[in-house]
Amino acid sequence: MNTTAAPPVTATAETGFKRPHYLNAAYGVRSWLLTRDHKRIAILYLISVTAFFALGSLFALLIRLELLTPEGDLFQPDTYNRLFTMHGVVMVFFFLIPAIPAVLGNFLVPLMIGAKDLAFPKLNLASWYVYNLGGIFTLWAIVHGGVDTGWTFYTPFSTHYSNTYVISTALGIFITGFSSIFTGLNFIVTIHRMRAPGLTWFRLPLFIWSTYATSLIIVLGTPVIAITILLVAAERVLHLGIFDPALGGDPVLFQHLFWFYSHPAVYIMILPAMGVESELIAAFARKKVVGYKVVAFASVAIAVLGFLVWGHHMFVAGESIYAATVFSVLSMLVAIPSAVKVFNWTATLYQGSISYQTPMLYALGFIGLFTLGGLTGVMVATLGFDVHVHDTYFIVAHFHYIMVGGTIMGYLGGLHYWWPKISGKLYPAFLSKLAALLVFVGFNLTFFPQFILGYLGMPRRYWSYPPEFQVLNVLSTAGASILGVGYILPLCYFVWSMRYGKDSGDNPWGAVGLEWDTTSPPPTENFYTTPVVTHGPYEYNREEVHNRMSQEGTIG
Amino acid sequence: MAEHVTSRKVYFLVFAALMVLTVATWLVAQVDLGWANDVVALGIAVTKAMLVLLFFMHVRHSTRMTVLTALSGFFWLAILFGLTIADYASRGHILPYVAGK
Amino acid sequence: MASEPLAPHGHATHHPDLAHQFDSLDQQKESSTLGTWLFLVTEIMFFGVLFLSYSIYRTQYPEAFLLASNSLNVLLGGINTAVLIGSSLTMVLAIWAAQVNWRKGIVIFLLATMGLGTTFLVIKGFEYRDKFVEHHVPGLDFHFEVEHPSPHLRALAAKDPQLEKHASIYFSLYFIMTGLHALHMIIGIGILAVLTVLSWKGKYNSEYHNPLEMTGLYWHFVDIVWIFLFPLLYLLGAHAR
Repeated sequence: MNTTAAPPVTATAETGFKRPHYLNAAYGVRSWLLTRDHKRIAILYLISVTAFFALGSLFALLIRLELLTPEGDLFQPDTYNRLFTMHGVVMVFFFLIPAIPAVLGNFLVPLMIGAKDLAFPKLNLASWYVYNLGGIFTLWAIVHGGVDTGWTFYTPFSTHYSNTYVISTALGIFITGFSSIFTGLNFIVTIHRMRAPGLTWFRLPLFIWSTYATSLIIVLGTPVIAITILLVAAERVLHLGIFDPALGGDPVLFQHLFWFYSHPAVYIMILPAMGVESELIAAFARKKVVGYKVVAFASVAIAVLGFLVWGHHMFVAGESIYAATVFSVLSMLVAIPSAVKVFNWTATLYQGSISYQTPMLYALGFIGLFTLGGLTGVMVATLGFDVHVHDTYFIVAHFHYIMVGGTIMGYLGGLHYWWPKISGKLYPAFLSKLAALLVFVGFNLTFFPQFILGYLGMPRRYWSYPPEFQVLNVLSTAGASILGVGYILPLCYFVWSMRYGKDSGDNPWGAVGLEWDTTSPPPTENFYTTPVVTHGPYEYNREEVHNRMSQEGTIG
Repeated sequence: MAEHVTSRKVYFLVFAALMVLTVATWLVAQVDLGWANDVVALGIAVTKAMLVLLFFMHVRHSTRMTVLTALSGFFWLAILFGLTIADYASRGHILPYVAGK
Repeated sequence: MASEPLAPHGHATHHPDLAHQFDSLDQQKESSTLGTWLFLVTEIMFFGVLFLSYSIYRTQYPEAFLLASNSLNVLLGGINTAVLIGSSLTMVLAIWAAQVNWRKGIVIFLLATMGLGTTFLVIKGFEYRDKFVEHHVPGLDFHFEVEHPSPHLRALAAKDPQLEKHASIYFSLYFIMTGLHALHMIIGIGILAVLTVLSWKGKYNSEYHNPLEMTGLYWHFVDIVWIFLFPLLYLLGAHAR
């Protein structure tokens, strides 16, 4: 891979003696709010999703506070219903779905394929505005008391009986869905049409494969929830009855339509994290990912199979036992490509040259936590078992292991890995490792007890519980506090690093990848010369790379 | 940029075919053919859609990527239909041993 | 393209219609086409849900759907079908005009498409008004009963003791499906208006007319949705009138 030569550092009127890059190319609010640069749009998204994550975490904190004691004593039961609903809505639609694609994906996709920008830069900016518009609708609902239907909006409660702001929340989700579609569409076209010369499909980094698979899901699945949520709003306003049994409708139809998207949605959340994982493992084991093609195909397989399993959310909802059996078998099938990836990552670690920098800590944590979450997924895919643990804390623990232990660890790992590329700065090594440790310990303390609670029969979405469950709940809340600290620390030191962090140099990790062949931060047009790709990714065994690594060194 | 320019004659022919098929679908609907009504109606609709896709939307002269994209949309719709209807079609069938037979 | 230095921006070496992130007009056109088709895939899934819901309820309440469908005006529906197919013809002719560099032709055919589209909406408006007058709008003083039933229709109606309730589901789907379809047409007409102005200004020619192609694809898709809506909504019970 030819190293693109950066121009000599010259003094310019705007930048003084700094080399021009995308952050100092232009100053002022307008240059940010009207930008077409995918890197700046990624930063805009970073700010927005962080804000929503904070809001969703606040709801989680309040939930865990209530659950410290068996009686419902902190909130009214109605309020508690609103808390877990808004926690789910904000976290799913405004954080987990957009986070990695819109922050890391937006930043990295053009860089990783040697392009100047995405295929449709204006559409990219529009997607950020649409995201915030949807957010405003949902925030308006929250300020007025939120929704109490659960993030799943099951009918006819959501369409007929609930007295909360269902319509504005539904509209918020509807609008934000378009943001997601714009992003996915942009990625698919970009990856198909704008790869650098020589960059064939099987030379692409696995993060691109995962992002591509994610985008397929987004484009095919999101419209279904869009129309479904629109139908809920219409039914609520006009008292229609499409989903209301009293008026001839079928509430299970709503569930079919809702889960047709919402199951693939969880793959929208995990696939990008898996893509990050591949990049981290390769970089910090200094080794090509074992079974590259298999991992690439597994990403696409997960995307496709993920659309065939939604009925496993409805085992006890009244779907036919025959359909349930089919969905159960298919759900076990979809575990296979995920497991394959875990095997491949592990095989990559074997005999790799492993270093334990912060991103690697997140990557290692991801493998363990995702595996646990995935295995419990196979457990709940088993029809006979799920009948007992459905709507208990077992399910809550299962999906938090994947979404928090998987997606959020992947997101944080990716942020820590690419932060020098994004900002040109280094963050404090010790503090970041401490934060990673707190996240890992806090996470397990929060959610492992919930597996036990669920297995013992504690239902989810309940504001009070039998006293014998208190110890486990207290452990869970304690864990959540630790986890919270673990999340606040990166926020602090990332912001700190922008002003006070050491300059990172172009490639502090000595990693291999097109994105590392340009400066940190990159120039607005990404590369000074269009890269020409002559071999595949993760070429860590090459002489030239070895020499470069020993020169640049690595950071603490 | 060698873009394929379809002749106006083809467009007018396709338009005429679509008109004929519209009249046909109305005519067939006047006769009670039982379940065949649905099959014929959908068959005619699919034919009309194919004409629009191939000629008006230029899929006939499009890249493989375009064809694949269009097909995948319909394929995914088939997944939605298929698995959902699988539930509805198999509900209410109680296994004999459960029914106490 | 191999290792040429990237031209500094704003250089006159760029074709004026070539966006900066692309390397050639071909790449740009292929990207626009793929992007538009991906958007149409989302529309297929979007409308598909409504067709699925329709199929399920139609199977569950065949009498109610048949009798409710009979209350629609088949003549108006048929005329609208012809109008919409005609507008697809004029749309594709607008693109042909661009391909042969006939600037005035583009404008004429775009205006014709808009005109036919507007005709469709006006006729739809009359249909909606009829439904409103007959109290067939769910949520707005809904009431349904079969007008002047023949013995055959009366027998059919008797098969479903909750006929009115189930007919309400038919009309809910009718309004949502045709309403969303009409909304798509309104948006389409809006886009066509913008394109007409730009075409008049000479923006499109045989070398570059991507927005026309993209809008054409969208417009034809909306036509295809109607091609399915017409027989399913209007002709269900035609044989039993």
